[in-house]
Amino acid sequence: MLLIECPYCGPRDETDFKCGGEAHITRPEKPADADDQSWGDYLFMRTNSMGTHYEMWCHSHGCRRWFNVCRDTLSNKIHAVYKMGEPPPRVDDPTRSRSQ
Amino acid sequence: MKYSFASLLRNAFSYHENWQSAWRSPEPKREYDAIIVGGGGHGLATAYYMAKEHGMRNIAVIEKGWLGGGNTGRNTTIIRSNYLRDNSAQIYEHALKLYEGLSQELNYNIMFSQRGVLNLAHNQHDLRELSRRVNAIRLNGVDSEFLNPQQTKAFCPILNVSPNSRYPVLGASLQRRGGTARHDAVAWGYARGANNLGVDIIQNCEVTGIRQSDGRVEGVETSRGFIGAKKVGVVVSGHASVLADMAGFRMPIESHPLQALVSEPIKPMHDTVVMSNAVHVYVSQSDKGELVIGAGIDGYCGYSQRGSFPIVEEQINALVELFPIVSRLRMMRQWGGTVDVCPDASPIIGKTPVKHLYFNCGWGTGGFKATPGSGWAFAHTIAQDEPHELNAPYTLERFNSGYLIDEHGAAAVAH
Repeated sequence: MLLIECPYCGPRDETDFKCGGEAHITRPEKPADADDQSWGDYLFMRTNSMGTHYEMWCHSHGCRRWFNVCRDTLSNKIHAVYKMGEPPPRVDDPTRSRSQ
Repeated sequence: MKYSFASLLRNAFSYHENWQSAWRSPEPKREYDAIIVGGGGHGLATAYYMAKEHGMRNIAVIEKGWLGGGNTGRNTTIIRSNYLRDNSAQIYEHALKLYEGLSQELNYNIMFSQRGVLNLAHNQHDLRELSRRVNAIRLNGVDSEFLNPQQTKAFCPILNVSPNSRYPVLGASLQRRGGTARHDAVAWGYARGANNLGVDIIQNCEVTGIRQSDGRVEGVETSRGFIGAKKVGVVVSGHASVLADMAGFRMPIESHPLQALVSEPIKPMHDTVVMSNAVHVYVSQSDKGELVIGAGIDGYCGYSQRGSFPIVEEQINALVELFPIVSRLRMMRQWGGTVDVCPDASPIIGKTPVKHLYFNCGWGTGGFKATPGSGWAFAHTIAQDEPHELNAPYTLERFNSGYLIDEHGAAAVAH
């Protein structure tokens, strides 16, 4: 069971939350000009890191607000929790990680 | 050596101490015609069919741990081919047909038991969806039939079909040719078969890099040094994105923990397989008497090979509701694997942006049943450098072209 620190409510069990997948994926700026390649990349391609991973969570059974979590996908250790719009924190992690 | 009654008798005289090992453990050569990365069922099947159907002999299978130690040895061993989409029906049905003759072909008992697979409907929507699926599956020439609650109860007497239950059973689809097989034996049988055809099986050898020049593959860097290869096929399930990253491209895959558990062994009481996609519980009874129970995936990415406890709780709730008879049964073991989930719940089998580098991944929660078909199609793809008609639609490009094979919500959430 993950213990996730909601930036608005404090620590809660993982069953309070819903994971929204990888964070910091940006929609093509000019959708009308985007080709199939960039739409495919935006919609489907994922970093899927083994190690440090940046993802979105929603406190769906609490305040219902979205925020970001930096978590290690091997050890499940949560390195940082930060609000939407904030830059991703850099993590010096000894486990294998890929550039985000 | 061929396994037979005569060989069993002969070895009985030496107290079964002189059985030769089922495959060699050779030192890696400097270069191979083809290397398969990943010694699970799919990888070993690929090597076997490359040798047998395409006459390639200079092949190696490289495995970072031990054979079948990943998802091949962690699944709930269910085999079925009742998929909705035409493309899925073809490849899973091909796999099922190969399974039907596999023990004979490999001279290795994979304990394939066609005990039937039931898929339950718990509400009106499930019921309509199930009826539609039964018809679509039959149109594809795959056996499937619809059972009403009484027929379902007759086929699986321990099932709670009371209308007052939390998950009332309103009907079920049945594939009589479906069932289970011993998953380790599938890996070992293919390993032995491939070994007999000259394939080198190299265990405890982790791939750390994929060497390429001018956009074509040259070999793999491993924990035991560089091994050259004209062609490289990667079949590593949950770690597909990691290998793709080594090769310099991205995959539309997310790796999730998926878990299963077994109960203490009890007398035979459940002679079929029951699956309920809606409540994520999949149950069969092994020959040892344990109930084998599969759960759903965790909702977040993970490579930890262990699932979270709330999933187990949810799964056991559903289990006890569907089978009240097991309420006092104790669970003996619980484990997890890392599954590679594709956005459309269908696999990717084919070429990649790197020449002569091929990927077979994205089987998600349901790869075991496809093992022979996957190996068959992937062997053709590597040997001929073009996809077999079975896997032609399963390209990586489909995520850019939009030609998805959408099995989500249809059939493929299950194992």
